[in-house]
Amino acid sequence: MTDPQPPAMTCEQILQGLNDYVDGDTLSAVCTEFADHLAGCNPCQVVVDNIRNTIRLYKAGEPYPVPPEMTDRLRDALRRKWAERFPAKSD
Amino acid sequence: MLPPPPPDDSSTDLALLHRARAGEFAAFEELVTRLQPRVYGLARRMLGESHDAEDVTQQTFLSLVEHLDGFRGESSVVTWVLRIAANHALKLLRKRRGLPTVPLGETDDGYADLPHPQYIAPWRDDPADLAGRHETRHLIDRALADLDDKYRAVFVLRDVEGFSVKETADLLGISEANVKVRLLRARLALREKLTATLGDEAARARPHSPHLLAPEGRT
Repeated sequence: MTDPQPPAMTCEQILQGLNDYVDGDTLSAVCTEFADHLAGCNPCQVVVDNIRNTIRLYKAGEPYPVPPEMTDRLRDALRRKWAERFPAKSD
Repeated sequence: MLPPPPPDDSSTDLALLHRARAGEFAAFEELVTRLQPRVYGLARRMLGESHDAEDVTQQTFLSLVEHLDGFRGESSVVTWVLRIAANHALKLLRKRRGLPTVPLGETDDGYADLPHPQYIAPWRDDPADLAGRHETRHLIDRALADLDDKYRAVFVLRDVEGFSVKETADLLGISEANVKVRLLRARLALREKLTATLGDEAARARPHSPHLLAPEGRT
């Protein structure tokens, strides 16, 4: 007859549960409650999906190109440091 | 004790670390070459501006020369090095804030007054397709840079670099509960910004219950 009503949770509980849900922290009570809520709440499903996409996007991003001058500077600095640490074995 | 090197592969991070500890500079240089993009990426995300990220990268590998013996095999070599990099990045963030000895604010953020999702819509494209696009890089860099330092640090360490909640808490000197709430704030802020650009307006969700868009007592 009517759509099932999601269990009543406060906004803060929903957001906290959503966080635990995204992390797979299924032992948390608020997460379990959120999972029930989620079944009847399309906007929350979209928000969960958005957050997962956000994390995936940051993880999948192209690596930052390493500036070549940094590599050169680093090599020189490391060589000097190495000579201090292993005086007999440098060069 | 350093765990023994794998028997056959002389070019893994661990094997290179073993050879470096014995004083072989070429092995250390190879290890640096392998790990440099990861270290620079972490520093770049946490600090934004690339000059500071370069400094952190250099400090990380210089301190690695001093602490070659410090690896205990409790994590992978790359995780160990990223932890060193994170510490240097955090030190720089604190210096920027003029608080040399204070951790990044151990005031517990709590779950009150969380920003509620405003623009709710599925994305038009898959993250895997979006990731390679130049304009996406600009968008996600900008959104990350706009976050408060304390939220950005948690998001980068936990969600991008994959440190556990406990490891992130230890690195930042804050409680695990605080890591979780800061992570939530970071995720909500980034989701809002990215979805405003990447969301499908035609499929924008209209909530049937008021909890997300117009919570009671709020505007």
